[in-house]
Amino acid sequence: MTTIPKIRYSRRSILKSGGAAVAAAALPAPMVWGQAIKDVTLRQFGTGVSNLNEVAAKVKEDLGFTLEMTALDSDSVTQRAATQPDSFDIADIEYWICKKVWPTGNLQAMDTSKIANYDKIVGTFRSGKLTPESVIAQGTAPHTVGFTSGPNGKDFVQEESGWMTLIPTIYNADTLGIRPDLIGRPISNWSELLNPEFKGKASILDISSIGIMDMAMVVESMGEYTYPDKGNMTKEEIDLTLGIFTEAKKAGQFRAFWKSFSESVELMASGEVVIQSMWSPAITAVRSQGIPCVYQPLEEGYRSWGGGIGLSAALSGIELDAAYEYINWYLSGWVGGFLMRQGYYSAVPETSKNFMTEDEWGFWFEGKAAQGDITNPFGDVMEIAGAVRDGGSFYDRMGAVACWNAVMDENQYMVRKWNEFIAA
Amino acid sequence: MASPLALVLTVFLVAPIVMIVIVSFWGATEFSIYPAFQFDNYAFLFGSEVTYRVFLNTFKYAGITWVFTLLIGFTVAYFLAFHVRSLKWQIALFLLCTIPFWTSNIIRMISWIPFLGRNGLANSTLISWGVVDEPLEWLLFSDFSVILAFVHLYTLFMVVPIFNTMMRIDKSLIEAATDAGATGWQTLWHVVIPLTKPGIMIGTIFVVTLVMGDFITVRFMSGSQSANVGRMIQNDIGLLQYPSASATAVILLVTVLMVIGLLLRLVDIRKEL
Repeated sequence: MTTIPKIRYSRRSILKSGGAAVAAAALPAPMVWGQAIKDVTLRQFGTGVSNLNEVAAKVKEDLGFTLEMTALDSDSVTQRAATQPDSFDIADIEYWICKKVWPTGNLQAMDTSKIANYDKIVGTFRSGKLTPESVIAQGTAPHTVGFTSGPNGKDFVQEESGWMTLIPTIYNADTLGIRPDLIGRPISNWSELLNPEFKGKASILDISSIGIMDMAMVVESMGEYTYPDKGNMTKEEIDLTLGIFTEAKKAGQFRAFWKSFSESVELMASGEVVIQSMWSPAITAVRSQGIPCVYQPLEEGYRSWGGGIGLSAALSGIELDAAYEYINWYLSGWVGGFLMRQGYYSAVPETSKNFMTEDEWGFWFEGKAAQGDITNPFGDVMEIAGAVRDGGSFYDRMGAVACWNAVMDENQYMVRKWNEFIAA
Repeated sequence: MASPLALVLTVFLVAPIVMIVIVSFWGATEFSIYPAFQFDNYAFLFGSEVTYRVFLNTFKYAGITWVFTLLIGFTVAYFLAFHVRSLKWQIALFLLCTIPFWTSNIIRMISWIPFLGRNGLANSTLISWGVVDEPLEWLLFSDFSVILAFVHLYTLFMVVPIFNTMMRIDKSLIEAATDAGATGWQTLWHVVIPLTKPGIMIGTIFVVTLVMGDFITVRFMSGSQSANVGRMIQNDIGLLQYPSASATAVILLVTVLMVIGLLLRLVDIRKEL
């Protein structure tokens, strides 16, 4: 099967930036489908993070076909990917969801030889090591579920087999958000979340699969217990972890729990909470209100997550080719630049660089002080000159990942215990 | 002739409930449910200490909310029915009570959050008056805020039926009581309240069922820190555990029906209406 011409978007890229010419040269392809591709519609669904209408509009403009986006919460995404393979063409899911969904056979393996920028994908998603010296973090590290044995594989293999389960698209390193003005002293450990000093002013997110990982970071930091693998706890470890937090909850440590992005922003902006688990864009949302808020790097490291796109097993013919073209386009830089200007990272940072100004690249990726105003993709000013990204450069942040979002063998038990924690 | 009403009730009320009962016996894996006839869901429900605590909490919310909505609702209705003389003013004031219902109840509920917050209007006012030195923490994300929101949202459901029954009380009965030498309190206790019982009972049924079936007020006003039965069901649905959610829903339905059955034994609404 041949690939589809990249002419249209390449031309655009050249217009925008000379650097993309390299990418265009790297993707020579005969004109095969031409007009037919315009009638193709690909149905993508996933969590809200990267399901952006701007991306769909840009796909129409650059590639000519239609991308339909559906945003769902992660539970629904998992269910749909696992039970309704015909309802989607492209699944935009997180790696821990992939661990649950891949064995069902509803996704098809992707041939890495058709991925033009495969060799430029960050090491985290291939060998598991960001740099040759990196230590692989606990939890569902993306490379452990990123490859399968062959075109029809239902298993995961640990080496780069040439067949990928998901093509990485977006990822980040999460930590605690704090209000430095209300705390007034340096915070450097996860254990501070349960520090009685912040009684009634702490919060944690009420999404069990992510919350439990934040809890594990806190428990380890307190010196209460060291997990063999935070990403795969035993029942006893789950009891221990939630026990510590239930005790803290009963003692009034928490002001509230949050479930939606906007709730976390409001809790922080109003000063109800001064320290809590938080997501990167929420920090910028608080800051854009003129309220100081820091995405605090901590000694124990970050809790990281990664998302990628997978292809439905039902995809074939021109739709499959269009999907490959979409993936290649995704990694060619425009989307990466769009996402990186929101504080996320792209799987192929070097292509994104062509779609960012030098100042933006310096601020978001290299951890340098901003030279002028830093705006988000929607034009809102997020940082002013002199500001430095919390946690520093890409390598400082992604190099300090302590664990990945994970799905445990004892997941159902954990969920039950989580409900008891909330009701306690 | 099958009446249209019976048909509508069968399709939209009876059938869904039957479906819920059936599904409550099914089994579930992490992402699917499968037909079965097993008691696992109920066994887990009754075997967990959390269930009892959550049901107790639900009754607590219902009970306290009932007391406050009744006191406020009765007072408002009494004022409208007996103190406002002209029908025009009665209607005008009654409509005034319904104005908050022009906005969604979620908006009315959420608007309490900035008001009650640590740096909210309530706390800054109390501090500026010198009533308290430190902001009161228990104003928000507590049982207090949950019940406050419930009372605010549901008092009208008490006002309307009580006002309605009060308007039907023959004014000459009140005059007769006064002529016979009864004090205001005696008239209230021996004449007005017994005659308003059906209204009180209807209002009670409204408030109790609304509070017991709620999940969103508890979630927002307690900052997700408290649970009632509705939240338990919502959590199960979020985790795709539909059979377990159905079992909880069935138990909740039975509990609410028992409460209503008990209430109806105390006052025969049909006879007194």
